[in-house]
Amino acid sequence: MSNESEKGYLYFPGCSLKSTGRAYEESLLELFRLLDIPLQELDDWNCCGATSYMGIDEEAAFVLGARNLSIACQTPGRDLMAPCSACYMVLRKTQDYTSKYPQVRREVEAAMKRADLPMPGQVKIRHPLEILYHDVGAERLKNLKKRNWLGGTIACYYGCQAVRPYSDVDDAYNPVKMDELLRAMGVQTIDYCLKTKCCAGVLTGTVPPVGRRVNYILLKEAVRKGAQAVVTICPLCQINLDAYQKEISAESGERFDIPILYLPQVLGWMLGGRKKELAFHRCIAGRRYLNEWLRETKEEEAYV
Amino acid sequence: MERQIRYQREARPAWGAEIAKLPGCERLYSCIQCGTCSGTCPMSLYMDYTPRRVIALIREGFYKDALSCRTIWLCASCYSCSSRCPQDIKVTDIMYALKREAIKRKVYPSRFPTPVLAREFYRLVKMFGRNSEFLLVFLLTLKTNPLGFLTMARTGIALLLTGRLSPKVEMIRDAARLRKALEPKEVA
Ligand code: SF4
Ligand code: SF4
Repeated sequence: MSNESEKGYLYFPGCSLKSTGRAYEESLLELFRLLDIPLQELDDWNCCGATSYMGIDEEAAFVLGARNLSIACQTPGRDLMAPCSACYMVLRKTQDYTSKYPQVRREVEAAMKRADLPMPGQVKIRHPLEILYHDVGAERLKNLKKRNWLGGTIACYYGCQAVRPYSDVDDAYNPVKMDELLRAMGVQTIDYCLKTKCCAGVLTGTVPPVGRRVNYILLKEAVRKGAQAVVTICPLCQINLDAYQKEISAESGERFDIPILYLPQVLGWMLGGRKKELAFHRCIAGRRYLNEWLRETKEEEAYV
Repeated sequence: MERQIRYQREARPAWGAEIAKLPGCERLYSCIQCGTCSGTCPMSLYMDYTPRRVIALIREGFYKDALSCRTIWLCASCYSCSSRCPQDIKVTDIMYALKREAIKRKVYPSRFPTPVLAREFYRLVKMFGRNSEFLLVFLLTLKTNPLGFLTMARTGIALLLTGRLSPKVEMIRDAARLRKALEPKEVA
């Protein structure tokens, strides 16, 4: 176990993890509890601005990021974990552009001054996938393993912004860390060639025919390659693949009913976490499979 | 798409030069029109102009075409083009720059929901410091497609039943100071 994981992490949930992506937060907190790694939620954090702010007012987008980083710097010595891919990328971009472009830095400085906030210093922004891979490590996860995964073969879907444009989490086009962790735990994963193709982001809501078409392609390829579930590390990817399967089935004439899970849900389950704490009940598609796969023992069920 | 003739006199190369001054857009003129961006773009299939063509339009200064096309609103910011471009052009940032220009000049396709969503989101976050997905979807549907409530109902109900959509709006404690930092810019 690395130094960082002993100290624990500051944690930036972001808006999605408090609403549509609640299962991500719940399972992540449970997984880190099982791993005995402390997490501290960033105090009074604000929305990261996602992709929308960059497209309206770039300065405001960087100011939103800078305020969060500034709060993080008030608790020095710990890395900042951002589980949502959009949050992760926006925070990284804020750091990158404020140091690379003097013009951006000046604007952000002026804005922070107006609000009487200190400019952020350097804080390391981390994604849970890479924390689990580097700081925790497959060895430690394996040693703590309590259950086998009964849910069959998995397609690991990495999405875009966790691996691009900053590729510190994993390779931009051929990331493997999720596959390696799961394989180390004895789970089979498919060779999913669409693993970094976009989920269409907010377009499923704004231009539904396009959004659903993109997700149809993603689901179809996963199923064709034999996946029985898809595992994600981003709340937007999860909701896009999960929430529209009925519509996609109706439009394509093919039947899709495949569980879309978060990485901490699967790992947490194998580490002996409870079904409820890992928030499997928040899945929309493939619920009947989940009921079949996730069987708690009699003693576990009795222990409420 | 119909073939269109563009006349040099309609072009304003100086406008392209302005775009190239924005952060992230500086390598615009080194584009070799190889089309790698269009090839890797998951959305190019649904766009009116592919990303490569948009770059060409900006460089020549055909601002009307570059700003009013659907392409920029179909860009999902997946950064595939930026990572793959052999000339290190941050195509995603250029798309962002065009979105901002189009909103500023109010030339986006009318009733096209992506810019409306972006604006409503912008306002909500400015007001509360956080986003409320519930309110956002409500405002978006109201402004672009009032009858769309019915088609979205199934997803909405599924989300409510799994506890993933809450009408509660969260507000940060320090919202007043955040608003100050985000001023004085006002976007319609
Ligand atoms: S990939 Fe880069 S160089 Fe090639 S057409 Fe696109 S922007 Fe131009
Ligand atoms: S960032 Fe936009 S233009 Fe570039 S590949 Fe992705 S969707 Fe296409």
